[in-house]
Amino acid sequence: MKKVLTTPISFDQIKDLKIGDTVYLTGTLATCRDSGHKRVVIDNRMPDRLDLKEGAIFHAGPIVGKDEKGKQYMVSVGPTTSRRMESAEAEFIEKTGIRLIIGKGGMMDKTAEACKKFGAIHCAFPGGCAVVAAQEVEEITDVEWMDFGMPEALWVMKVKEFGPLIVSIDTEGNNLFENNKKIYKERFDKLV
Amino acid sequence: MEDSKKQQLISIIQDFTATTGIYLADDVEKRIRELAEEETIPHAKTMYECMIKDIDLAKELHRPLCQDTGVLQYFVDVGTGFPYINELKEIITEGARKATLETPLRPNVVEPLGEHNTGDNVGYGAPYFEYDIIPNSSDLRVRLYMAGGGCSLPGRSKVLMPLEGVEGVKKFVYQTILDWGVNACPPLCIGIGLGTCAATSAMLSKKALLRPIGTHSEYPEVAALEKEIREGLDSLGIAPLGFGGSRTVLNVNIEAAAHHPATLGVGITTGCWATRRGDIIIHDDLSTEFVSHKRLEG
Ligand code: SF4
Repeated sequence: MKKVLTTPISFDQIKDLKIGDTVYLTGTLATCRDSGHKRVVIDNRMPDRLDLKEGAIFHAGPIVGKDEKGKQYMVSVGPTTSRRMESAEAEFIEKTGIRLIIGKGGMMDKTAEACKKFGAIHCAFPGGCAVVAAQEVEEITDVEWMDFGMPEALWVMKVKEFGPLIVSIDTEGNNLFENNKKIYKERFDKLV
Repeated sequence: MEDSKKQQLISIIQDFTATTGIYLADDVEKRIRELAEEETIPHAKTMYECMIKDIDLAKELHRPLCQDTGVLQYFVDVGTGFPYINELKEIITEGARKATLETPLRPNVVEPLGEHNTGDNVGYGAPYFEYDIIPNSSDLRVRLYMAGGGCSLPGRSKVLMPLEGVEGVKKFVYQTILDWGVNACPPLCIGIGLGTCAATSAMLSKKALLRPIGTHSEYPEVAALEKEIREGLDSLGIAPLGFGGSRTVLNVNIEAAAHHPATLGVGITTGCWATRRGDIIIHDDLSTEFVSHKRLEG
C-alpha cells in the first residue's frame, strides 16, 4: 500500500520512516531553491502568506504556463540538485520548522544533523521526471517572491500523491546517498 | 532577404528547438529503453520506469520532458552556398526566443554576475553560437544542445603531464564522475576531449557529446578507449539517478586531436539521461531533414 504523508506533517507521520523507503505527499508543497533559502536564512525574511511550519518544500524551478482562462499551471517541474542548498538548509529547518524537503540527490552532514535534531526528512524525487511531477500537481494556489524570476520564485501548489519520494535522510540522521557514496568509492578504488 | 523566407526560417528554428525539448533524440530514447529493459535490480527498474513514463507523458501532453531546458547552444555548420548567411544569428536567436515563450521552455538565462532573469533565454552571449564553414555546400546544419544546470556541473578540463598518459585520463574521468555524477541525473552521456590545452580539450569534449550514441572514433585506439572507459564507469554503478544499479552511462564518446607533445589536455562534458540534442539540415530551398529525430518524420 502507498504510504502517503499529508500536510501539516506531524513528527508522528515521519518518525518511523527509514532511508530507502518510498512515500508520497498530499497537501501543500512549495518550491524553494537557492534564492529562497538565501532570503530566509541570510536576509532573515519569511514568506508573507505561506506558513512553512510542519510543511514541505521542493527544491525545484518549474516551467509555469497559463491555460485558456489565464490560470497558471505547472507544465514541467522536476527537482533540482539539493546539495546546492546544503550550506543553508540546517538553519532553514531550524527557522521554519519544515518537516519534509524534497529534491534531487542527497544532502550532507549538516542537514542530516538538523533533520535528527528538529525532526525532518529529506526525500529524493527521480531527477528529470518533470512531467510526471507536474501531473501530480492539482493546482497552483499562490506565488511569492516573483522578483526572483520564474525558476526561483516560491510556487505554492496543491499536490496529490506526489512522488515517488525516496527517503534519503531519515529522522535519525541516516543518509542514503552518503552511504551509497562509500560503496561507489570502494568500486572506484578497485578501478584505479 | 525576403520577409516570408525569413519568417519561414524562424519558424523552422522555433519548431526544431521546441521539439528538441519535448522529444529525446532517437538514439538517446532507444538507449534508455534498452537500459531499462536490461536492468535487474528492482528499485533501479522502478526509476527507469519513472523516466519512461516521463518520456511518454511529455510526448502525449507536448511538454518539455525535463523542466530544465537549459541554456540554448547552437552549433551551426554553414555551407558557403547557403543563401541566408547575413541574418543567420538574428534568425536563430528569434527562433529560440519564440520557442522559449510559446512552448514554453524555462527561461533560464540570467545576466552575468547578476540574478536578473532576461525572461526569454536571450542575453549577451545567449543563446551560445559556434560556427563552422562547410565549403561547396548550400546546406545549413544546426545542432542544438540544451545545457541544463545539473548535467553541466561535472564538466571540467585539465592539462596533464604527457607521462600520466592514458591512465591519467581514465583516472581524471572516473574521479570526476565519482565526485559529481550522482547529481547529474545518470545514466550519463559522456563526452571526452583530448587536445593540447584546457580550452581546446573542453571544446572537443563538447563535440564528442554531440556525436550520436553508437558512433565511434575513427582512430581504433581511441575507439578502444571509449569502450574501456564505458566499462570502467559502468562498474561504479551509480545509475539510475544515484540510487545505484547496474550502470553509470548511456555511452562514452571521445574526440581526440593531434596535440603538443609536451601536454595532454583532457576535457569532460556530461549530459544526463535526458540529454537533449537536436540535429537538423536545412537546404537552400528551406526544405528540412530532422536528422536526430527521424522517427518523427514518419
Ligand atoms: S540533469 Fe538533466 S534530467 Fe536532471 S534535472 Fe538537469 S536537465 Fe533535467
